Amino acid sequence: MIALLLILIPLLSGLVSFFLKKENTARAWALFSSLFTLAVSLLGLTLMNNEGNLHFKTEWLPDLGSSFSIGLDGMGQLICLLTAISFPIIFISTWHHVYKKAHNFFALMLLSQAGLMGVFLAMDALVFYFFWELALVPVYFLCSIWGGEKRIAATFKFFVYTFIGSLLMLVGLIYLQSQTADRSFDITSFYNLSLSGNSQNWVFLLLFAAFAIKMPVFPFHSWQPDTYEQAPTATTMVLSAIMVKMGVFAVIRWLLPVLPLGSYAYGETTVSILAVIGMVYASLLAMRQNDMKRLIAYSSIAHIGLMVIAIFAENKTAMQGVMIQMFNHGIIIIGLWIIVEIIEQKFGTRKLSDLGGLAQKAPVMALLFVVIALANIALPLTNAFVGEFLMFTGIFTSAVFKYELFIIPAAGLCIILGAVYMLNMLQKVLYGNTNTLTASGTDIRLNEKLVLGVIVILIIAGGVYPQPFLDLTKETTELILKESDVLPLLNK
Amino acid sequence: MPINYYIFLSLALFCIGMVGVLTRRNAIIVFMCIELMLNAVNLLLVAFSKMHHLKNAVANASAGGDGQLFVFFIMVVAAAEVSVGLAIIVMLYRNVRSVDINFLNRLKH
Amino acid sequence: MQNSLQIAWLVPFFPLLGFLIIGLGRKYLSKSLTGVIGSGTVFLSLLVSVWIFFLVKNENVHVAAYFNFISVDKLVIPFAFQVDALSSLFLLIITGVGFLIHVYSVSYMQQEAKEHFARYFSYLNLFIFSMLLLVMGSNFVILFIGWEGVGLCSYLLIGYWFKDNGNNYAARKAFIMNRIGDLAFLVAIFWIISKTGAVNFNEVFAVAQGQVEGKSFSANDITIITLLLFFGACGKSAQIPLYTWLPDAMAGPTPVSALIHAATMVTAGIYMIARCNILYSMSDVTQDIIMIIGLATAILAATIALKQNDIKKILAYSTVSQLGYMFLALGVGAYSAAVFHVMTHAFFKALLFLGSGSVIHAMNGEQDIRNMGGLSKKLKITYFTFLIGCLAIAGIPPFSGFFSKDAILLSVFEKNPVIYAIALSGALLTAFYMFRLLFTTFYGSFRGTEEQKSHLHESPVAMTIPLIILAVLSILGGIVGIPEVFMHNGEKLKVFLSPVIAVSTEHSVSHSTEYLLMGLSTGLVLVAILFAWNKYRNYKKITEKGFGKLLENKWYVDELYDKLVVNPILKFAGFLNNVFEKQVVEGLVNGVGRFVNYSSRQFRLMQSGQVGNYVLLMVVSILLLLVFQFYLKK
Repeated sequence: MIALLLILIPLLSGLVSFFLKKENTARAWALFSSLFTLAVSLLGLTLMNNEGNLHFKTEWLPDLGSSFSIGLDGMGQLICLLTAISFPIIFISTWHHVYKKAHNFFALMLLSQAGLMGVFLAMDALVFYFFWELALVPVYFLCSIWGGEKRIAATFKFFVYTFIGSLLMLVGLIYLQSQTADRSFDITSFYNLSLSGNSQNWVFLLLFAAFAIKMPVFPFHSWQPDTYEQAPTATTMVLSAIMVKMGVFAVIRWLLPVLPLGSYAYGETTVSILAVIGMVYASLLAMRQNDMKRLIAYSSIAHIGLMVIAIFAENKTAMQGVMIQMFNHGIIIIGLWIIVEIIEQKFGTRKLSDLGGLAQKAPVMALLFVVIALANIALPLTNAFVGEFLMFTGIFTSAVFKYELFIIPAAGLCIILGAVYMLNMLQKVLYGNTNTLTASGTDIRLNEKLVLGVIVILIIAGGVYPQPFLDLTKETTELILKESDVLPLLNK
Repeated sequence: MPINYYIFLSLALFCIGMVGVLTRRNAIIVFMCIELMLNAVNLLLVAFSKMHHLKNAVANASAGGDGQLFVFFIMVVAAAEVSVGLAIIVMLYRNVRSVDINFLNRLKH
Repeated sequence: MQNSLQIAWLVPFFPLLGFLIIGLGRKYLSKSLTGVIGSGTVFLSLLVSVWIFFLVKNENVHVAAYFNFISVDKLVIPFAFQVDALSSLFLLIITGVGFLIHVYSVSYMQQEAKEHFARYFSYLNLFIFSMLLLVMGSNFVILFIGWEGVGLCSYLLIGYWFKDNGNNYAARKAFIMNRIGDLAFLVAIFWIISKTGAVNFNEVFAVAQGQVEGKSFSANDITIITLLLFFGACGKSAQIPLYTWLPDAMAGPTPVSALIHAATMVTAGIYMIARCNILYSMSDVTQDIIMIIGLATAILAATIALKQNDIKKILAYSTVSQLGYMFLALGVGAYSAAVFHVMTHAFFKALLFLGSGSVIHAMNGEQDIRNMGGLSKKLKITYFTFLIGCLAIAGIPPFSGFFSKDAILLSVFEKNPVIYAIALSGALLTAFYMFRLLFTTFYGSFRGTEEQKSHLHESPVAMTIPLIILAVLSILGGIVGIPEVFMHNGEKLKVFLSPVIAVSTEHSVSHSTEYLLMGLSTGLVLVAILFAWNKYRNYKKITEKGFGKLLENKWYVDELYDKLVVNPILKFAGFLNNVFEKQVVEGLVNGVGRFVNYSSRQFRLMQSGQVGNYVLLMVVSILLLLVFQFYLKK
């Protein structure tokens, strides 16, 4: 019931929103709907947290061996909560942003939420694929209609990139279905698969291509800074906070347990090396960016890289770190985008070289910005520290890596570089003297204070007392690691 | 008579026709060359059919009749095709005052 | 059993409360209220700390656990405080000196606007909170939380006057330098977890001592872990190679320099190593490295301090140098001597910094000692307290510095007389540059502008009282560590710390040698002071050249780092951004697109509309198929 509602509410209210002609009605409707989704998601976490409410299954395409099966486990709960929290925050923070044809904008936003929820809830590979694409389409329109100047080129690149990935994934999924004992797309059938090492290897490549593009992993990342830069900020928030997590999530749920040997063959070697190169590379690039959006985009690539490595560390510590970090990173990066949006709305620029001295003009914003930026570099007592600490611990204690002496120092280097670029951004934006542009600055509005306040509270709370989140993801972690354990397979 | 002669003859006819189609630009000659190729095939069909008949006549009196039948089909179709084709050529001539097939690339544009 | 030490959480709680109240209410609180809350919360912590200090005497160690911070798989990280002799001593230093500096700040920062005044105090309270977390944490992770927290506060306070970009760069430099050390610290924690599966001090040390079955450290593990931790300490406690941030950190307000960059935060590294003394005692390699680095830092910083002209820079390099002595002590295994010096140093260096703050206050922001002179007449209290500070740091008996420095030098002598000689020469340099500072500033004639001259005044009471208290402490602080030769059972501190730091074996130095060494060092220090008196009593302006210029420019270490590390990284990043990303990565992606476009344009040409071509293509293709069918296919 809960699971179904999480998809249906945004889907239906999105469709309704197409017919709301007044901008403010559409805005309020979208906010109302997203708050409703959040309430349902919280209910699922607390009061109605039982099997019957969290799972839903019905006939869909019996001939293809697919049923409409959705459900929430610990990891799903967490990431659905992220999705549910993000949308109200996005709507409130961009409350004063004027969109042309706003009803369409909000409708598409809600549809993308429905798609994202579906991806995180899916317990059937075909349903998963269906929602994976469903989430992509609204974003395509959002970027290409409401984006910046070079939106068409950027969106085209984004679309082609992710679409190629999706098709490869489809091929892989169909092959996997053909190999299952009962010719079914159901997740349990997939988990029961035991393919030969060779076929696992190439199916791994097919599926991972899709996920790697989405996350993105170096060198498939070049769509990301362009798209983030060109997309309207509300969409950028969806993209960076939630959509990139689709890739991470999918690797954990659909790749590691299904293809343990493939993951073992590539994950601990090629993929980890690429990810760590990507981390250093993105951190270095972030140091040289002048555009705030691009800087944050590269910083996001670096953080995702760490998650990828941690997934393939294949132990509980790292895996729980990844899961909690998916949530934490989403919260933090939304905060950063909100700041960027505020600054861009106010001064019409995102260039670091044009800004300065905002701490004098907007002390509240400065305070919140500093906290969020410090969370992004994983300062202790912010939520990201917990995630990164666990991931690093897991990577360090992992038994599976072959190149850890390269991976750990390189990943560690990013801790330093992260501080360099984030502090540089803080300094260029907040400190120093005001210039002609920023002299007219004022502090942030009430709605912005509200959402940033919520984000900061989430950041601190997650950093001081992360245990509830960790308990939530414990079972999923155990399941995934049990399914993906390669040692018995290798010994065979 | 060995079947080889028929095969060589029809092959020669077919090649003549093919070369004609490839090299000539006059639509009517191209048309005639196509007919030549068709007839080369017809000849081959008849020849094979005859051979087939000789071999199987003892067991089955009607064997090998199919080939002859096909030939008639082909002749009928060819006739239909010629009538349509000639009509097109006439229309073409009326329009462009020429039957050169190199003028027939207008659809490209 | 409900232990009364369980309420240790109150100690960091008060400053945290103060931080929240001041931070959130900065618009509504008046300046005086802010000052009261800021200082009051620290004072409450001080009271609790004193109470704890007296309780600890009876019980050796108590771990007060509150909740599980992280519990994943087999790794459990409790949010727990460890209260024992070492941490309770540091609690006293932090809250005591912290309280005095808070009081001082109320007056010192008076001309700041209300909001900024509140911002300052909230940062200061947050700092006290983090520092308390650091010394009270019962495991490496809580220690690390405090460790990074104090780094953050240091960053915020160095960049407190954020309008000036120079301050911001200094703040950033401090944070990043610290982060480099922190990374090593983190890796050490990971290493410990991978070997022991635990982070609690008790458990880790038990493993190290071989008390836990099935888990053990190899000798290499110990060396690597201790080295990594030490590298972390290098960042926080400003040792070679990561010391360059500390002098720049003087961009912050002077009380901040006194509290964070002299008395407390920079001693975190020493605290941490003293805390892990069990590990460090097990690795001779690490100890030797610490000794060498400590000694090198002590000498290097002392030479730089000789030629600096900024009053705070001199004190900063002096701090680096003194920290070097503390590491030297740690390196020779004299942990309690190092902690002793941390304590006395906290007193006299805070005193000196606050004194310099008083001078800067009187001089209206002027920090260059070349523009001062003759201040002793106008600033009597400041002058006397400053003099006491100088005597203490120079190591004149019976000031506190004498005892702690003597304890260190004696341990060094036991280890190796050559190193003792070098360390002693460093002590002479210390005496020399400190008295150069004193004489240049307070003696001779006034060299500032007329406006400054008319502005000269003694600082208000709120500033002089902390000075006086610290001066008293600088004089008396040594009595907790009177060496054996003077008084039986004099080394009270050593005894107090013995539950945490095992007392080393008997002295191998005879009493007569000890007297001789003390006499030697005191005599030489007096000579150095006289030399400084002779040279700087009447300051004359000279331009430095040759070696002096090298020292004035701090051995060009900053420039070297820029050339060797910073610029190459920036250049490389620039290359990646401008060339690699645009041409290789983008090129690859766009290249695929361009290839598709190009090839479709080429294939389009085949669609010529010439029937002949189509037929030809068909014929050729059929021929190829035939050839393939009959000749190539197996």
